[in-house]
Amino acid sequence: MIQIKDLHKSYKMGKNSLHVLKGINFNVEEGELVAIMGSSGSGKSTLLNILGMLDSSDSGEYILDNVPIKDLNETKAARYRNKFLGFVFQSFNLINYKSAAENVALPLYYQKVPRKERQEKALKYLEQVGLKEWAGHLPSELSGGQKQRVAIARALAAEPKVLLADEPTGALDSKTSYEVMDLIQKINDAGNTILIVTHEPDIADMCKRIVHLKDGVIIEDKKIEQIRAEQYV
Amino acid sequence: MFNRDRWKEILEVLSSNVFRTLATSFGVGWGIFILIILLAAGKGLENGIRADFGDIATNTMFMWSRNTTMSYKGLPKGRRFSFKIEDVQAINDNVPNLRFISPRNQLGGFGSGNNVVRGLKTGAFNVYGDYPEIIRQEPMTITSGRFVNHNDIQDKRKVAVIGVGVRNELYDQGETVLGTYIKIQGVNFMVVGTYQKKDDGGGEEGQKEIYVPFTAFSQAFNMGNDVGWMAITAHDGSSISNLKEKIVGVVKEKRKIHPDDKRAVGYFDLYEQFNRVESLFGALRWVAYFVGVLVLLSGIIGVSNIMLIVIKERTKEIGIRRALGEAPWSIKKQILMESIFLTIISGMIGIVFGAAFIYGVNAVLDSVGPVDMFVNPSVSLGVVVSALVILIFSGLLAGFIPAQSAIKIRPIEALRTE
Repeated sequence: MIQIKDLHKSYKMGKNSLHVLKGINFNVEEGELVAIMGSSGSGKSTLLNILGMLDSSDSGEYILDNVPIKDLNETKAARYRNKFLGFVFQSFNLINYKSAAENVALPLYYQKVPRKERQEKALKYLEQVGLKEWAGHLPSELSGGQKQRVAIARALAAEPKVLLADEPTGALDSKTSYEVMDLIQKINDAGNTILIVTHEPDIADMCKRIVHLKDGVIIEDKKIEQIRAEQYV
Repeated sequence: MFNRDRWKEILEVLSSNVFRTLATSFGVGWGIFILIILLAAGKGLENGIRADFGDIATNTMFMWSRNTTMSYKGLPKGRRFSFKIEDVQAINDNVPNLRFISPRNQLGGFGSGNNVVRGLKTGAFNVYGDYPEIIRQEPMTITSGRFVNHNDIQDKRKVAVIGVGVRNELYDQGETVLGTYIKIQGVNFMVVGTYQKKDDGGGEEGQKEIYVPFTAFSQAFNMGNDVGWMAITAHDGSSISNLKEKIVGVVKEKRKIHPDDKRAVGYFDLYEQFNRVESLFGALRWVAYFVGVLVLLSGIIGVSNIMLIVIKERTKEIGIRRALGEAPWSIKKQILMESIFLTIISGMIGIVFGAAFIYGVNAVLDSVGPVDMFVNPSVSLGVVVSALVILIFSGLLAGFIPAQSAIKIRPIEALRTE
């Protein structure tokens, strides 16, 4: 699903250049649940941003679902993001003056799905994350876990190839974190490819594979026995 | 454009801070209000001055003879001469695009003594020998009877059309006028009509005139073929100002006047005067637009400013939208539409208030009676349409910079702002 070859990225800070990614190579197959781990400054967020086409690499190859991702202008990047990717953020990033259902329907709107169908789909995905009865509520009326579940529903709504989650449990307490992870595992069980950036080992252990980044290189890449989150819920 | 979700969002954004939206829209509304008021005031002045011109055929020149100032073909300078009736034909033959040529002879005039008698009553009036066409060049309303016609000219009938001023002096209240006789310098003329001229600032004088057929006048008062004065009107579309040199040239040649003798033929170009006033109105309109648009500009800058702030506030939201796959163009369109919507709505309010203000001014003008040189200030539909065009353009202008800065926000940076 994802092939990355010799990916480099450096940021210019005044005169100094900060080499963040120093040649990343890895592949993700369809249906995988990958945790990208590393301390802060290890380059994991940069990697996720490049995977999410929010940022561009300096050199290297990135192929997503057999489509080479390069020379993107903003319009094209927006279209690819909409078509291929679903995002889940640490701070949820819901649009606060739109109801839960409207938030979920947003990516569909950008796909020019007709209004009626959009609403039906939004409700369907809200139901999947167990928030159907909260559809009309504004984000400010939801708890943190609920917000993240709405965000996951929104990421799923566009039916993306890959779900990218940046510290999805970073702002949640352990119990809620496990609930969210349980949801993510279930979505993965349904065949979705998911990448999670985290620095919490217990969250990483709930994935099927852990990629360990340090100072811009992969120091460890191992498949693990998945710990199911539902036992903690 | 007519997308329910987009409009819903525009309304949500604009109503999220009502006071700010109102304060912003005030700037634009005020600008368009000033523009409308200025244009209406200009129009009022224009109407006032046009009313002074009345419905005189403006594409007209008047021409009269004076003394020659140069000797020519053996004739001395300082010679007194008159136009002749055949000059009319000569002008007609040599100058194209003329609509009317009305020769005229005149008796009386400013400061002259009594020249008209009826029974025991006498009066001093201007008496004109005219052709029927003069009524098209110098409009008057026939209040009873008729004006001079071509049969009168043909048969040299001694008939007269008198003004209301003449009637008031020579006749008693309620006395029959038509069919009676008045004696002009000892010659009897039958009154066949009365007229009234629009009060054009000439006051009473315009109503104290007597019109008789040109031919009868010439015969009765021994004018021979002489013509004292001519009113010449060109067809619409060809300016008398361009033809006047040619007309004067024809007359000079016929009357054996040196072609370079500038003072022998006197004339007054009404059209030139009219055009001068017209160009003044044009200048006034420009000033109104200029000032109005400048005032509007400050309103537009206000809108632009607010849109920039709105975008700053919505940086994160725009980042989220971009991450979810909204195209930059779509964001730009959203910002532009918000800006245009805001300008148009506030501009409409300005137009409505402007119209109400003009309506009020008109009501006041009506109640206090006519004011000199100011009649019926108004704005036409054309002005409203051009104001709308200006508004849409302004909205685009106001939204352009903010929209540009909105799509410059990279989603990754927008998401970083917490």
